Amino acid sequence: METWLTLAYIVASVLFILGLKMLGRADTARRGNRVSALGMLVAVVATLLAGGLDYTWIIVGLVIGAGIGGVAARRVQMTQMPEMVALFNGSGGLASMLVGSAEYIRTIDPAGLTAVAMVLTVLIGGVCFTGSIVAFGKLSERITGRPIMFGGQQAVNAGLLVLAVLAGVWIVADVLNVTGLPLVGLAFAGLVLVALILGVLAVIPIGGADMPIVVALLNSYSGLAAAAAGFVIDNNVLVVAGSLVGASGLILTQIMCKAMNRSLANVLFSGFGSVVTASGAETTGEIKPISADDAYYILEASRSVLVVPGYGMAVAQAQHAVKELSDQLAANGVEVRFAIHPVAGRMPGHMNVLLAEANVAYEQLVEPEDVNPAMETVDVAIVIGANDVVNPAAKEDASSPLFGMPIIEVDRAQTVFVLKRSMNPGFSGVENPLFTRENTRMLFGDAKTSITALVGAFKDV
Amino acid sequence: MSILLVFVFVLAIFLGLELITKVPSQLHTPLMSGANAISGVTVVGAILVAGEGFGGFATVLGIVAVAFATINVVGGYLVTDRMLAMFKSGKG
Repeated sequence: METWLTLAYIVASVLFILGLKMLGRADTARRGNRVSALGMLVAVVATLLAGGLDYTWIIVGLVIGAGIGGVAARRVQMTQMPEMVALFNGSGGLASMLVGSAEYIRTIDPAGLTAVAMVLTVLIGGVCFTGSIVAFGKLSERITGRPIMFGGQQAVNAGLLVLAVLAGVWIVADVLNVTGLPLVGLAFAGLVLVALILGVLAVIPIGGADMPIVVALLNSYSGLAAAAAGFVIDNNVLVVAGSLVGASGLILTQIMCKAMNRSLANVLFSGFGSVVTASGAETTGEIKPISADDAYYILEASRSVLVVPGYGMAVAQAQHAVKELSDQLAANGVEVRFAIHPVAGRMPGHMNVLLAEANVAYEQLVEPEDVNPAMETVDVAIVIGANDVVNPAAKEDASSPLFGMPIIEVDRAQTVFVLKRSMNPGFSGVENPLFTRENTRMLFGDAKTSITALVGAFKDV
Repeated sequence: MSILLVFVFVLAIFLGLELITKVPSQLHTPLMSGANAISGVTVVGAILVAGEGFGGFATVLGIVAVAFATINVVGGYLVTDRMLAMFKSGKG
């Protein structure tokens, strides 16, 4: 590699590192993203200038990709962000897999380590690709969010993994001229196929409520696939950028697991929520519905209101109505705060994005551990389409699958309004005793319609 | 393949683990989507594979890889920027 190209790649790597670091702080995040984009531009332009390349088709590929990516990024609604990120992630994984495959076809006599890297690129890239597509399907509810399980699933997965390893060993052995076995191209095609199937099978048994963790983990895979591709073509900027993403994706995955008090293995393999679990504790008491008018009178007399949004707010596109309600309450002298659980919604930080879109100031957002100690001072907690993250069974009922998960303890607020479409259990399929508590009132109906009715009641005064 | 690359890889993994240990939860989505855009760096590899004029199936795969990696890069950065543009303080 020419020296100036290596220098350009070093500059790009530094920009990626600075960009990622700046992305982690609220006041520098936007600039950080642009710094990292600049790094990408440097890497791409330097590569194009490296010479000896046939540009015609490269330009076609770049233009098509930029067109699709640009339009998709502009058109997507904020509520659909999780599935969009999953799709982008999948296309990155696919690209890495194709790079690995093309190099395999092209290279007549790769070294042993390069062959190992090829196998890994195809395996990780393939799993990342189809895994992301399935995650996209689940997030956009094109396929069921419930875990899909079948008999012997673990055995099938293990079998496929063994096949992948065998194919990998065959390919590497062939490269090293140990076996002289024929049809090694077939082994490579088989490896591609197995990787694609593994990606599907790895994600279908994971429930919709665990998707934030899956998306974070797939993000890590796409980075590792890029790093592996870097080993294949002996390119240091791919290795550096890919492993940065791989590592940061792992950290994010770990943060998400902690927020649910579950291990990664439990998330990936338990088929959590595949059956509607009857909670050990008897659900006592009855459901007390409330009308929007009556809810208005209670809100009107309150001093402190805590809004707890969940995925239902995203589905109902209710974030703008919620912001309007919060403005009406604030005009009435009420202190309004939003409690955001780390795993509310379908991707890490999903609720923050929606509330930001609706112009809610981030000073109004609080985390569970900040709000729980003084929950008794909250007059009304409004739960909008959230379920598991406010389920008191998580701290009271040792037999509940949610037991041990930190929650927002709205059950200790003076009054709780739960906005919900019906009495179906949440995404995890676990019953929620909150709904029948003495201080809970259910406001049934579409969240956006209900909130708009409340806003209307305030305006009519 | 140079063994030095393995050295680089290990150091970069450790750097990645250190870089984002303490990130406020409101930034999780943009961070993930921004990191996702970086993983599109595989576009560099795709360009090299597509442009080496080897011809045939390998080149076709390379060109398709360029297109998909570019979707990842362009889409990823734009969508992250759109999200971050919305994050603002009530005082601002």
